[in-house]
Amino acid sequence: MLANPACTPTLLSGWGRYPRLEGRLATPRTADDLAACLSSAPLAARGNARSYGDASFGSGLTVDMRRLGRLLDFDDGTGELRCEAGVLLSEIVEVFTPRGWFPPVTPGTKYVTVGGMVASDVHGKNHHGAGSFCDHVVSLRLALGDGTVLTCSPHEHPELFAATCGGMGLTGLVLEVTFRLVPVRTSVIVQETIRAPDLAAAMEIFEREVGRTYSVAWIDCLASGPDLGRSVIVLGEHAAPDDLEPGRCDAPFARPPARTRRVPVDFPAFALNRLSVSLFNRLYYGTHGPGRKLVDLDPYFYPLDAIQDWNRIYGRGGFVQYQCVLPLETSREGLEALLTEIARVGLASFLAVLKRLGRESFGYLSFPREGYTLALDFPANPDTFALLERLDRIVLEGGGRLYLAKDARMSAPMFRAGYPRLAQFNAVRRRYGVERRFRSALAERLEL
Amino acid sequence: MTPSSVLILGARSDIGRAVARRFARAGASVILAARRSNELAADVSDLAIRHKVKAEAIEFDVTDGDPEAFFEALPTLPDVVVMVVGLLGDQARSETDLEAATAVMAANFTGPVAYLLAAARRLEARGSGCIVGISSVAGDRGRKSNYVYGSAKAGFTAFLSGLRNRLFGQGVAVITVKPGFVATQMTAGLKLPPLLTAQPGEVADAIWTAVEKRKDVIYIRPIWRLIMMAIQNVPEPLFKRLSL
Ligand SMILES: Cc1cc2nc3c(=O)[nH]c(=O)nc-3n(C[C@H](O)[C@H](O)[C@H](O)COP(=O)(O)OP(=O)(O)OC[C@H]3O[C@@H](n4cnc5c(N)ncnc54)[C@H](O)[C@@H]3O)c2cc1C
Ligand SMILES: NC(=O)c1ccc[n+]([C@@H]2O[C@H](COP(=O)([O-])OP(=O)(O)OC[C@H]3O[C@@H](n4cnc5c(N)ncnc54)[C@H](OP(=O)(O)O)[C@@H]3O)[C@@H](O)[C@H]2O)c1
Repeated sequence: MLANPACTPTLLSGWGRYPRLEGRLATPRTADDLAACLSSAPLAARGNARSYGDASFGSGLTVDMRRLGRLLDFDDGTGELRCEAGVLLSEIVEVFTPRGWFPPVTPGTKYVTVGGMVASDVHGKNHHGAGSFCDHVVSLRLALGDGTVLTCSPHEHPELFAATCGGMGLTGLVLEVTFRLVPVRTSVIVQETIRAPDLAAAMEIFEREVGRTYSVAWIDCLASGPDLGRSVIVLGEHAAPDDLEPGRCDAPFARPPARTRRVPVDFPAFALNRLSVSLFNRLYYGTHGPGRKLVDLDPYFYPLDAIQDWNRIYGRGGFVQYQCVLPLETSREGLEALLTEIARVGLASFLAVLKRLGRESFGYLSFPREGYTLALDFPANPDTFALLERLDRIVLEGGGRLYLAKDARMSAPMFRAGYPRLAQFNAVRRRYGVERRFRSALAERLEL
Repeated sequence: MTPSSVLILGARSDIGRAVARRFARAGASVILAARRSNELAADVSDLAIRHKVKAEAIEFDVTDGDPEAFFEALPTLPDVVVMVVGLLGDQARSETDLEAATAVMAANFTGPVAYLLAAARRLEARGSGCIVGISSVAGDRGRKSNYVYGSAKAGFTAFLSGLRNRLFGQGVAVITVKPGFVATQMTAGLKLPPLLTAQPGEVADAIWTAVEKRKDVIYIRPIWRLIMMAIQNVPEPLFKRLSL
């Protein structure tokens, strides 16, 4: 029983473990628990805390939604699933892939909740074709904190729906989500890898291959000069049974045994330096030789999930992810400027991902828009923060914006400049009376 | 024995839910019995969708109703009956408030005994099945911090041991579970040592294995067997002086 929802004081942080906040955490398990939580304010919703910065906790009560994670309805004719917000994407993949259904959109980790996917309106490697997650949401149930629970959809409370999709939990607690899975015929991906010697080549390949279902590029961000933007582009399609090796055709959904490793301790700060990153990158290039091969969906979609707690390699100080999107018109110039600046400083980013995004999403605070998105990891320290300020200016100049689910440090003006539909978002929050009830540390920092 | 059906008494508990999932994962049909069973609709649909098994919820209060009628009304007699109900109560309150103490004894001892006697008769008549009772290490020796709960669990442990003895050779196994600390709503807010604290899923896995192998008494984390052996071996003249 949750006698007092203001129970356990806990050190809270996101995936980047920066920043951290001593907060109060409640884990509702029943409708009564949930009602007790909702009578407290302000609230911050928390899914599986895979957002990097300060979106998933607050100085009021933080509500961990993972125990409310049940599958409620599934139509195996249409693939329509209704479930509670705390269901993990990994569970959906496990349960429905063998039945021939796959999430319409999936981020680079499967350890996210459905509620978190809605609140960040997540995008995947298929954004250029499939749009973002909320494009596949039929409707959702949203608790406003005054006892009201509303059904929102493109037809019911459409503006509240548009504010909630990508709204970072600031319009209410998402309780239930109904969305459509897509049919697949195997659990295998036909992967094609292409090397691009520089940025222009990489972008050319993205533009040429827009017809592919999935595409993403890993950039070697230590390459500079004529090699700037050197990358490997990985394309993917769901395999048909005919694509499989002869022996496997009769077991199209067979999965290799899961192998996960764990990062046992926090790495010391010096472990991730220019050398280790360049070694990693070289290893990556080595194992991703050009050509076509069949891979299981896990290594294709979730390569990082194979190492549990990999965020600990950045040590106790934590790390930040910088993910920006630039409009198509300014992408080439902007990306060049960003990569040049990063290479000049020589700060090592363990992970550098480039991706072509499709049209802008309907969510007022959704991140995706037509153009190119670049995501980079850096240890959280003053050198990084100084570099990121300079990167901010390049993004601003190009008319781009930063992804709230990744952000831990941008300024309120930078945020406002990137999100022109903020006024609509705020108006909806006021109209439904939720602006004071739902507040995360991110909302406070960005004066939301 | 690989069971094809399970009845969970006290199914809203974290341990009960975990046990339901574990059995359903292996393909067993599940009956969830609990107070306010209408609130278990989401759990029922989850089990049915996730594991493609038959699942239903029925109303059940261990301190109320007629156990005979309860089992009579079941659609089928399950292979396995798991008694999860328990009530920790508040020791200080139990010492001064007889009603509170009685409620603890009823939820941990008299109630479960009444229902399991009714179950035992039916399983015995059929000549197969398994009864699982979740007792507690708190019943292994009375301590001042929780001896009302502990003594009720001690009674339940003794009951299960006697029942096992009676049903031996009748095709019905009786399993006593002594979980040690488990991270559930019963213990939410307490500071529990992580190495000594099992997750509900671990308890469920251990129960599943115990049913398959027809074990008698199980602890979840092996260390608890040692801890309780040590605690039971402290001589009483010394034990009564300890603050446990
Ligand atoms: C390795 C890795 C790879 C990633 N790759 C991608 C990617 O490719 N594309 C992409 O878009 N993102 C990506 N992400 C980011 C991740 O998908 C999002 O941060 C997602 O929101 C995390 O979900 P979560 O359940 O962990 O939510 P949390 O991190 O716990 O919360 C995220 C936000 O959702 C809100 N929220 C959570 N649950 C609810 C609810 N029930 N009701 C209301 N609000 C709620 C929180 O308040 C918060 O604002 C990646 C993250 C990692 C760690
Ligand atoms: N957590 C631990 O550390 C621990 C350690 C050792 C043993 N145990 C035992 O494990 C079992 C499960 O406990 P838990 O940890 O999962 O805690 P829990 O969630 O509090 O479980 C207790 C369950 O018993 C039910 N219950 C209480 N009185 C009842 C009654 N009169 N009729 C029907 N149901 C009743 C409760 O139902 P409602 O939901 O309706 O209230 C609740 O679901 C208990 O027997 C407990 O003693 C737990």
